Amino acid sequence: MDKTGIHVDKTGIHPGGEGVQAVAHGHDPHHDELGFWRKYVFSVDHKVIGIQYAITGLLFLLFGFTLMMIMRWQLAYPGRPIPLIGLWLGQARAPMGIMLPEFYNQLGAMHGTIMVFMGVVPLAVGGFGNFVMPLQIGAPDMAFPKLNMLSYWVYFVGGVTMLASFFQKGGAAQSGWTSYPPLAVINDGQTMWLIGMIFLITSSLLGSINFIVTIVQLRAKGLSYMRLPFFVWAQFVTSFLLLLAFPPLEAAGVLQLMDRVAGTSFFMPSGLVVSGRPLTISGNGNPLLWQHLFWFLAHPEVYVLILPAMGIVAEVIANNTRKPLWGYKALVYSVTFLGFMSFIVWAHHMFMTGMGTTMSAFFQTTTMIISIPSVVILTALLLSLWGASIRFTTPMLFALAFLPMFGIGGLTGLPLGLAPSDIHLHDTYYVIGHFHYVVAPGTIFALFAGVYYWFPKATGRKMNDMLGVIHFWGSFICINIVFMPMFIQGLSGMNRRMYDGGAQYAYNAGLPLKLNVVIGMAAWTLGLFQLPFIVNFFTSIFWGKTVDKNPWEATTLEWSAPSPPGHGNFLTEPIVYRAPYEYSVPGAAKDFSPQFEPEKA
Amino acid sequence: MNIPYTVEERPDTGLTNGKLGIWLFLASEVMLFGALFSTYIILRTGAPEWPHGELNVVLGAINTVILISSSVTMVMAWASLKLKDWAKHRLYLIATFVLAGVFLVNKYFEYKDHFDKGETPAHSTFTAIYFTLTGLHGLHILGGMVVMLYFLGPGTKLWKKNPDQFTNRVEYTGLYWHFVDLVWIFLFPILYLL
Amino acid sequence: MHSDAAEIRKSVRTYMLVGAALLVFTGITVGANQFHFGVPVAVTVALIIATMKGSMVASIFMHLSHEKKWIYGALLLTVLGFLILMTVPIFTTMDTIGQHVPAIGGAAAAEHPGH
Repeated sequence: MDKTGIHVDKTGIHPGGEGVQAVAHGHDPHHDELGFWRKYVFSVDHKVIGIQYAITGLLFLLFGFTLMMIMRWQLAYPGRPIPLIGLWLGQARAPMGIMLPEFYNQLGAMHGTIMVFMGVVPLAVGGFGNFVMPLQIGAPDMAFPKLNMLSYWVYFVGGVTMLASFFQKGGAAQSGWTSYPPLAVINDGQTMWLIGMIFLITSSLLGSINFIVTIVQLRAKGLSYMRLPFFVWAQFVTSFLLLLAFPPLEAAGVLQLMDRVAGTSFFMPSGLVVSGRPLTISGNGNPLLWQHLFWFLAHPEVYVLILPAMGIVAEVIANNTRKPLWGYKALVYSVTFLGFMSFIVWAHHMFMTGMGTTMSAFFQTTTMIISIPSVVILTALLLSLWGASIRFTTPMLFALAFLPMFGIGGLTGLPLGLAPSDIHLHDTYYVIGHFHYVVAPGTIFALFAGVYYWFPKATGRKMNDMLGVIHFWGSFICINIVFMPMFIQGLSGMNRRMYDGGAQYAYNAGLPLKLNVVIGMAAWTLGLFQLPFIVNFFTSIFWGKTVDKNPWEATTLEWSAPSPPGHGNFLTEPIVYRAPYEYSVPGAAKDFSPQFEPEKA
Repeated sequence: MNIPYTVEERPDTGLTNGKLGIWLFLASEVMLFGALFSTYIILRTGAPEWPHGELNVVLGAINTVILISSSVTMVMAWASLKLKDWAKHRLYLIATFVLAGVFLVNKYFEYKDHFDKGETPAHSTFTAIYFTLTGLHGLHILGGMVVMLYFLGPGTKLWKKNPDQFTNRVEYTGLYWHFVDLVWIFLFPILYLL
Repeated sequence: MHSDAAEIRKSVRTYMLVGAALLVFTGITVGANQFHFGVPVAVTVALIIATMKGSMVASIFMHLSHEKKWIYGALLLTVLGFLILMTVPIFTTMDTIGQHVPAIGGAAAAEHPGH
């Protein structure tokens, strides 16, 4: 067997080393007999499931990105036939290649839905969480491996349902990822969105139960809570957010489905008239009810988007500065406080619903308070660079870029969290700029860092650095050109979700509209710069430079397992002797003292 | 491969994986029904009038008695296993299953009666939230019955192989079942009486 | 924990007693309905009785009275989340900045005037 731990025999190529024979519970005779389907498709191994989530998530990210690139054409050149694919889209979407407003709305709603629920969260939580977390805590697998497999396949079904919705009569959902009724109830295309969401939410719930039980129950000997890598803390808090915040949206989805299919009026007020005809419904429903139930999830959801990313950045920074993270305790307390607070800020998305001053003041206050732990976390990560011996590896480039990008995203959120300024900025491009800064050059860059960082653990090979550097710089420059102008557009009043890019309003003439062309160009170039990453990812699996089990000279437990780890993960029972980031310990022989290495006599 | 603490408790938490898992699941269910209760509050305060007397209080009260009794038989089904009395366990588990079935039959007649009178979910926000709350609750009863059937049928193999694990699983089913009973204890007065 | 057979037998008695108590409380719930209280009083009485019944189910049938810290912790978080969900949306919908516009064709609006 070669040193990558991958061995080839007559049944095929197998990941992993000798497996778990040495661990106390003994060799599992059934493992050798698993066929192709049980081993690679319906596997209960957290590493396989993690990779399934990651690759599916990355593919959905690519698809959601493509939807955006098509939208940006319409915004840059409203009414011009879409090149390349315009004529394939068909009469219902783009007659003669010119995008219909309904199709633009479908692209907008599905871009958001796919990126958030089928791309980022499955990759960040399902992918990285599943693959890395059990390894980082010294567990042989998740607490409920079969449930883990079920979570993935329910996600898969939800994702397929969402994609299939493009082909139903009337097309996909068209009312934004926020799906506000009454519009979402009377519009075409929403039903499959609701069904898809029910699958996706169920998958998340099952996964979050698994994560919490695993972290509480399966930590290795010596791994106390305050010795956990920050990545694990981030996943832990994230799982609680998913567990408690998702169910109200599941309920709301059922209610909206009933409004559409069973004629109920949960969200439908009295007196609605559609196309000149009054609706024959019972009325007395409340559209605000949907907004409350939706945002009760969707606000914690944005912390679900950012927390795993912060966890990844923390790991990469500690490793590439060769010193412990600054303020580990502050980080842990901040992330838990953030989790709590995230449940009581949601109506800052609803300042424009006619809310009175009392509740508005309440939500503005909680929103301002929640910015404190975010700033503490960012500051701690920034201070971790002070006096550091920085290694500019590819993951580190992305992790470093995360810091100012998240800073911009966070700061631009402040005027949105205060009602007076939000009156002007709500529903403008300023909001789009704000949240994309946090998620795109923020979270997604952190996820790239994670891919480059943990690729060697998953495959036993490193990704190519030259392609990585090209991917980084190209993406970094282009992504800023895409999103920075949106603040200018938003401040000048350009509204979101307009299919012609705002051309119909005179106040958008001049710079705001011209910026649409600039943004479009930058977006398509950004797309081109993802090609080095895609090529790098797949070619490195087969031809990347082989590495041993700890190529980054890191301190956390996952680097004590073989690369890639076998069934059961560790060759000997993992024991933790110290804190997670003991780099450059004075008097030590190496510049890193791993958690899993005992003190030398 | 063996996952630790499936049957034996982890010393520092005192829990088995399944026990913590089922409680976390119940926590998410509290939030699910909570959203529907919140819906009820908002719809009721926003309604010009709220119906009274449309629901059959007697049937609702009977169903409450049935469900409470099924909670007693469910906990007895688990206690019998702890006392290693297999026969009693089967008796109590079957009793729980039957009581659950009777509950659903009653609900079927109730629903049919409403539909016959034109009181469909689309009829008013009251019927809408009534059908949704009791419907979701009913689905949970059905789910519980499916699980009980499994432990009465194919699942019994585990009792021979690993009696402690089987007992634990019946306990977790019981926790779920008591939760379903708990939801009904709140649903009954809120929908039928207030 | 109920590991001893004698302890289980004692618990069996408790289960039966609690079961009977729950049935009695159900009777009280229905009986209390005969009194026509005003809405706030009726809601309070109903919720108090239901909470008492629920606590019995939770603490005795679900063994919550001697469960572990992690379970209590998770439930505490959940209860907080539940309370937020019960109170904040309705407070927010009731706190408005303008006048309520009566719906066309809907019944006369009798609810919350704006501030």
